[in-house]
Amino acid sequence: MPVFARAELTVEVVGGGAQQIPIAIVPFAAPAGSAQPQQDNITNVIGADLRMSGLFRVLETRGVASQPHALAEVKYSDWISIQAQALTIGTIEALPANRLKVSFRLLDVLKQNQLLAMEFTITQAQQRATAHKIADIIYEKLTGEKGVFSTRITYVNKENGRYSLQVADADGFNAQTVVSSKEPLISPSWSPDGTRLAYVSFEKKKPVIFVQSLVSGQRIVLANFKGNNSAPAWSPDGTKLAIVLTYSANSQVYVINSDGTGLQQISFSSGIDTEPEWSPDGAFIYFTSNRGGGPQIYRMPASGGEAKRITFEGSYNVSPHVSTDGKLLTFIKQTPAGFKVAVQDLMSGQVQTLGDTTQDESPSFAPNGRMILYATHVGGRGLLAAVSVDGRVKQRLKDSGGDVREPSWGSAINQ
Amino acid sequence: MKRNLLLSMLLAATLAACSSNVVKEKPAAPVVDSNAAQTQSNVSNANANDAASTSPASQADSSGNPLKDPNNILSKRSIYFDFDKDQVKPEYVPLVEAHAKYLVANPNVKVVLQGNADNRGSREYNLSLGQRRSVAVKKAVNLLGVQDKQIETVSYGEEKAHDCKDEACYQQDRRVDIVYEND
Repeated sequence: MPVFARAELTVEVVGGGAQQIPIAIVPFAAPAGSAQPQQDNITNVIGADLRMSGLFRVLETRGVASQPHALAEVKYSDWISIQAQALTIGTIEALPANRLKVSFRLLDVLKQNQLLAMEFTITQAQQRATAHKIADIIYEKLTGEKGVFSTRITYVNKENGRYSLQVADADGFNAQTVVSSKEPLISPSWSPDGTRLAYVSFEKKKPVIFVQSLVSGQRIVLANFKGNNSAPAWSPDGTKLAIVLTYSANSQVYVINSDGTGLQQISFSSGIDTEPEWSPDGAFIYFTSNRGGGPQIYRMPASGGEAKRITFEGSYNVSPHVSTDGKLLTFIKQTPAGFKVAVQDLMSGQVQTLGDTTQDESPSFAPNGRMILYATHVGGRGLLAAVSVDGRVKQRLKDSGGDVREPSWGSAINQ
Repeated sequence: MKRNLLLSMLLAATLAACSSNVVKEKPAAPVVDSNAAQTQSNVSNANANDAASTSPASQADSSGNPLKDPNNILSKRSIYFDFDKDQVKPEYVPLVEAHAKYLVANPNVKVVLQGNADNRGSREYNLSLGQRRSVAVKKAVNLLGVQDKQIETVSYGEEKAHDCKDEACYQQDRRVDIVYEND
């Protein structure tokens, strides 16, 4: 049964992009007497989402003389004077049966025209989700890219000696506990349709892989073979998982059907082979191996076969994750400055380390490939951070007290 | 009492001296090929005989459990490793051999070899590394005649690691603990 967590994440933008779009969002006209927690206010959520992306500068609107809610009320000169390029206005109306009608418009201040207008009929509980949807629509209209505000993330929170696997909205709100245990939980992996999580639990005093439905809450043991069972990764079509077993004493990559049948070993080395990740087309599996000495990232055909080394810079490169367009690889690289999130162009081989943190782990791309979510350590505690693939935008997602680790960003499909 | 202790120390030292070559010769690759397996079984037999003949000495101290005697090397249970390495370092060979000898002499005693890693790098890689470390210790005691049925290997990766800031702390986490059943 899902439990609402106390510790919700908040976002700080610690570095800004050079070309942020200045946008003004006028608080939507709300029905009288609809007192709402500030953090759940639709306009606030839209603003926080756009700010979090690093691509927008959300302007203060309180001092502006006009506060329009309808198109006829818009006085463009007021918004030009605060240097807004885009303006969002809207209304929330109460409907019978406790439903709401949310209408919004996005306006181009410089061209003085309407870019789009939409309305949603929702329940009270859908307000945050609707705000995320509106933020995605604004983001896509103004940047030309898909937004990720309606997607979800998963991570493990360790608090008071207990581990809990949580699923939250991409902004960290609405966190729900999927499973909790006094033994470690690691390596959560989203099914491509976002309905299931595979993860590793030590609850049986050794690592065992479970697959759990987020819809029904039911779970199955995917792999509980002799030795360690770990590092699950879904195939892009959702029918199989790549996993790691120490059945032969040494960690090797296997593929297994999502119902736990059809186990097949696909890597055969005398070193450690672990952390498999499928290429988006399902043709290859990227993985970490120390077959050449230290750990490096390799790629092999998904059915097994000859592995090709992918990372060459440095002596310790681990935790591969491929962008959805298949062009970029993110991983953790040991550098003189510490363990850092890195990104490699798979065509050119060029590597860049990102972010200003030094104990980074577990990087994963946002579904639109623009940001990388990862875990790091600051002040003796694990927290989540995100960095844009060009390194210009850095965010810290922090909660109120837990030790947070093992994040993974889900697919663009939101249930 | 004193004599017994001295004797067992001498025996441990002798065993260490005569079998250190064996440990060095163990295949670097963890997957045992047929030749290596052959070598391993020969060595096991040789050591099993050796251990059988010396076992009365190691059990002669009837006044206490050697595992609990703080002056006995058997009271030391941790083998420490270098960063990203799974080779048993020479300074831990005597400790490994002492436990191997005890296990050979007490074939009903079982141990769990718990592998650990420091908290740097990836949790999954560290889980595999901890496993490699526990297997490295298992192979070393196997070579000295300890039977598979007496040994279980498990890895906690970095899940039991401390919140470290320096090497002195990290090195405490890169270890295999020898945990005796019912101890």
